[in-house]
Amino acid sequence: MANYSTNEFKSGLKVMLDNEPCSITENEYVKPGKGQAFNRVKLRNLRTGRVVEKTFKSGESLEGADVMELDMEYLYTDGEFWHFMATDGSFEQHGASAEAVGDTVKWLKEQDIYVVTLFNGAVLTVAPPNFVELEVTETDPGVKGDTAQGGSKPATLTTGAVVKVPLFINIGEKLRIDTRTGEYVSRA
Amino acid sequence: MPDPSDSLWQPSCDRALLRARSAFYRSIRDFFTARDVLEVETPVLSRHPVNDPNIQPIQTTPETAESRWLQTSPEYPMKRLLCAGSGDIWQLCKVFRSGEAGRKHNPEFSMLEWYRVGWDHRRLMDEVVDLTSLLLEKRFPDLPRLSLTYAEAMAQFAGLQVHTADDAEIAELGQQLAGQDLELNRDGWLDLIMSLKVEPSLPEDTLVLIDAFPASQAALARVVTDPEGVQVAERFELFFNGAELANGYHELTDSTELAQRFQQYGEGREVDQFLLDAMASGMPDCAGVAMGVDRLLMHALGKHCISEVLAFDWERA
Repeated sequence: MANYSTNEFKSGLKVMLDNEPCSITENEYVKPGKGQAFNRVKLRNLRTGRVVEKTFKSGESLEGADVMELDMEYLYTDGEFWHFMATDGSFEQHGASAEAVGDTVKWLKEQDIYVVTLFNGAVLTVAPPNFVELEVTETDPGVKGDTAQGGSKPATLTTGAVVKVPLFINIGEKLRIDTRTGEYVSRA
Repeated sequence: MPDPSDSLWQPSCDRALLRARSAFYRSIRDFFTARDVLEVETPVLSRHPVNDPNIQPIQTTPETAESRWLQTSPEYPMKRLLCAGSGDIWQLCKVFRSGEAGRKHNPEFSMLEWYRVGWDHRRLMDEVVDLTSLLLEKRFPDLPRLSLTYAEAMAQFAGLQVHTADDAEIAELGQQLAGQDLELNRDGWLDLIMSLKVEPSLPEDTLVLIDAFPASQAALARVVTDPEGVQVAERFELFFNGAELANGYHELTDSTELAQRFQQYGEGREVDQFLLDAMASGMPDCAGVAMGVDRLLMHALGKHCISEVLAFDWERA
């Protein structure tokens, strides 16, 4: 990979920091009139999502990270890997480890499209769409007519995720879930 | 800031800014005319580069007989005028510094520089406050002033006793702030502590003047021994709301010492013999200061980015 000098740093640039692939989120040039110039940089670790702030001497460089983001369809899991296929017509397939899938495993539904980040050709992370539609496999029986009153109960979905739902929801119903908050939005 | 989808032929500032800059220049000219300081003009292109390894000058047509350096400040030729007996002088000009681009930096920017014969840096600091207060008056009437020594600022805002701290202690604090070891020397780490810790902690809406810099950061200011027996530079900087606006000196006038400093700090940069010869012929006791006019405009108008006060920023130039 190419090296990038601080004067090429910009938001979205993917670089290696301490052997970890990172995405630059902020870059500020700092220089006293008389004195050393610096770049204050915020970087998001693409594996952990953690943001770190580092200062560099201006003119220093970091190695670029071989990172790609692809839209991929979830196919199946063999228990060890979760398999995805590119939607660009290439039929390219990648298997993601449990670590790479992370919490997204709660929202994986066959044939849905996910953003898969590849690092050096291997799956680094899998990000779900903001909303998914999943079926209820387990919940207490629905309470008829109880639509206005608040109150909620837990419901288990096909993926094993447990979400809080209104009391009127029944087994077999499809629900729209916001993956960012893990909250029920509506019936699908 | 204009919509980034705008085409790049358009200015990076709005029309009100054009008027504000024009009014600014009128005020500056009136200020110096009233004080009987002479406006001068010196070459933008010169044979010798600036002798400061932290400032990267831009070279024109390298490897040719007419190759010149774009000025990074008008300091050297203005000092030659002083040596030639000009008396008090001021200049407003464009200066150029390679690689200096960011929210508060544009590689081409406007500098106001002036010299007062027979003055020391303290008297000049008062005049800097007068002019700055005038230029910022509309947005900030009655700006308070805070004067600190470099050591006081470092102690108060970074908890560092700068004159007694050893190199290891300074490097450790610097590394904490940087998040990594940048392998800097003592002054490099001090620059970092100043930029990352002290500057952002200075009181808001206050003209903060910091003087008595470490002797190793004297640049072309006189070095004296302070009452505690520490060698300090008669150099000051003006800070305002997180930005450095001006840098001034009680000027070094000794050509032998100038040659020594060029040797010691210049990292082999070509020396401006014209300046050395001028100083050797005799330079009057004086104080001088350089001020970033674009940044002053940013504060006068409440703009966040330097591009917002330039007709055409670096990308559009």
